[in-house]
Amino acid sequence: MTTEILTGAQAIIRSLELLGIEHIFGLPGGAILPTYDPLMDSKKIRHILVRHEQGAGHAAEGYASATGKLGVCIATSGPGATNLVTAIADAHMDSVPLLAITGQVGSTLIGTDAFQEADIVGITMPITKHSFLVTKPEDIPEVLASAVLIATTGRPGPVLVDITKDAQNKKAPFVWPPKVDLPGYKPVTKPHGKQIQAAAQLILESKRPVLYVGGGIIRSGANKELLALAELIGAPVVTTLMARGAFPDSHHQNLGMPGMHGTVPAVTALQKSDLLITLGARFDDRVTGDTKSFAVGAKVIHVDVDPAEIGKIRFADVPIVGDAREVITELNAELKTVLATKKPDIAEWWQFLDGLIERYPLGYTHVEDGKLSPQHVIERIGALSGPEAIYAAGVGQHQMWSAQFIKYERPNSWLNSGGAGTMGYSVPAAMGAKVGQPDRLVWAIDGDGCFQMTNQELATCTINNIPIKVAIINNSSLGMVRQWQTLFYNERYSNTDLHTGTDALMIPDFVKLADAYGCLGIRVEKEEEIDAAIKLAIETNDRPVVIDFIVSRDAMVWPMVSAGVSNDEVKYARDAAPVWDGEE
Amino acid sequence: MSRHVLSLLVEDKPGLLTRVGGLFARRGFNIESLAVGISEIPGLSRITVVVGVEGAPLEQVTKQLNKLINVIKVVELEPEQAVQRDHMLIKVRTDATTRGQVLEAVTLFRARVIDVVSDALIIEVTGDTAKCAAFIKVLEPFGIKELVQSGVLAMGRGSKSITEKVLK
Repeated sequence: MTTEILTGAQAIIRSLELLGIEHIFGLPGGAILPTYDPLMDSKKIRHILVRHEQGAGHAAEGYASATGKLGVCIATSGPGATNLVTAIADAHMDSVPLLAITGQVGSTLIGTDAFQEADIVGITMPITKHSFLVTKPEDIPEVLASAVLIATTGRPGPVLVDITKDAQNKKAPFVWPPKVDLPGYKPVTKPHGKQIQAAAQLILESKRPVLYVGGGIIRSGANKELLALAELIGAPVVTTLMARGAFPDSHHQNLGMPGMHGTVPAVTALQKSDLLITLGARFDDRVTGDTKSFAVGAKVIHVDVDPAEIGKIRFADVPIVGDAREVITELNAELKTVLATKKPDIAEWWQFLDGLIERYPLGYTHVEDGKLSPQHVIERIGALSGPEAIYAAGVGQHQMWSAQFIKYERPNSWLNSGGAGTMGYSVPAAMGAKVGQPDRLVWAIDGDGCFQMTNQELATCTINNIPIKVAIINNSSLGMVRQWQTLFYNERYSNTDLHTGTDALMIPDFVKLADAYGCLGIRVEKEEEIDAAIKLAIETNDRPVVIDFIVSRDAMVWPMVSAGVSNDEVKYARDAAPVWDGEE
Repeated sequence: MSRHVLSLLVEDKPGLLTRVGGLFARRGFNIESLAVGISEIPGLSRITVVVGVEGAPLEQVTKQLNKLINVIKVVELEPEQAVQRDHMLIKVRTDATTRGQVLEAVTLFRARVIDVVSDALIIEVTGDTAKCAAFIKVLEPFGIKELVQSGVLAMGRGSKSITEKVLK
């Protein structure tokens, strides 16, 4: 056997090929130039040249979230690397498997304030699962293999590999497979048998159980097991913002999304429950509201692959560390025996919940200013595109409406920035999703604010034949901020007017912008035009499509639990609180 | 606030201390003292960290530390099952009349004089935190000119080692 001698740059590309990487989003620059040379010859890796590194990061996230595979982005040193920071932070909050490769100045220049030098390992330490600085070519295979292992196993997350320019240029023997030595990394995926029994016992005794389902179900690919578990117990299911699609919306046990803008039945089910069967969820403040008054009567079974999530916010009566899929599989097996003779008595619970479902369905009132109702637009996009499509949202009102009014039936169909709340996520994430799932219809449902942060990637989409559909829910303002100003700041609209509406300065004109990027641009101002525009967008696949939906700025997201208050204070609409005890 | 002594077995990698220190800072945990050095195994280091915990339980601290890839093991050392030592150098003002009293205190505390000039002594003392604090109190009236102190070093009593079972 002869060992090949490769440059570090060649070793990077060869390692990525051998690790099964097929797509990379990136933008070259000085310190990563050596790696871009062998990348040009790779037959296995398609590189997509973005217009801004943040776009590369979110595209890799969208790719990962749509496919369940690792997303990879690459950038040069200094500003190239710092432009990835937002996307890395986003992936960290939402547990997205992401590999970020950055060039670094030569190892002898590190620490000298060299041109385009930034300590990106230091900068990203708090927002990565792990990071590496590579200064020697012989270390490249091992580091990349370790990085991929760390990013994709346990609780997935972003890993940054910073490689100096001299490490890319120098030569070393290429040894594959490399020895991966991570003595401090042993994620626990298999649950403890006793805890499974304890969980089954609590479930059996429960009168008001709820399956509180988080994004971990999607990351672990446990949706089938979850469906079996839910049907075995017969309990209601709530799917958090990160878990939309983890359990079919059409299923009668699904109460919808809990939290700040959750459905009244979902919020109330958690509040009144006596047992939260928590699966890959982390008691985020947007779900719990004020934690002291959150689900006070409930015991908690908490399943998470990250032990640090258990007990972080809420005490767990039965903590179970493990991969959601493995845990639920074992729990199902245990429950089949336990429930064979006796089922939990939850008829009364369902009676109560059914009453809520009937009285407080998700809905909206049409606006009266002659503009479109944003909820209606989004509802139509979902209805005409169906559950096989992929929907990537930005952050704000349109994101909440997309979570509420599109019916999700399968995992990885709903992509959004949940934890970080990154405006600008949508267009590049949709682009990445379309690259990973080219046969699916992919929508970016965006706001006029979000869209202006990352729309430069439309150029990438047009040039690389990535025909995404963008629906701009254009209310000419930073809608969610405006909603808070309406509710909490006496309608004083400080700096939330974006002037993008048809009755405003209309800067920019999104249809002209779409045209400039080689996309099909459509403006929709009348209700009767909505369906035709959506259908035209679905049928147009020779270029990206941008639809500028001119919607009312007065529409608000309901229901709502104000920040920091108890979920008992959920408002169904402005000044309208639900009645829980049937004393109507 | 409760005080806990944690002993960490870590891989000796660049930036390790930043990772540990940064974790404490961003999670709002309070470091009272920190001591870092080699272990008996090449490539592995030991960190002894004294944590002041308020509100968030110690469990969160250890779980978050365990998530760091380069951290191999985290053990809490209970005071009764571990030995703990601070190491301190104190430069104290002395003259012909006070030197005798200072040397008497040095003997009482089983400390050592390691440098002498006509108007000062450097004294080295080791012991647990309480002993070191008591020694400072005794020397204060004479005039402490300078003081340096290491972080607490701690080790579990008995024949077991925290590196056992860690590395096959």
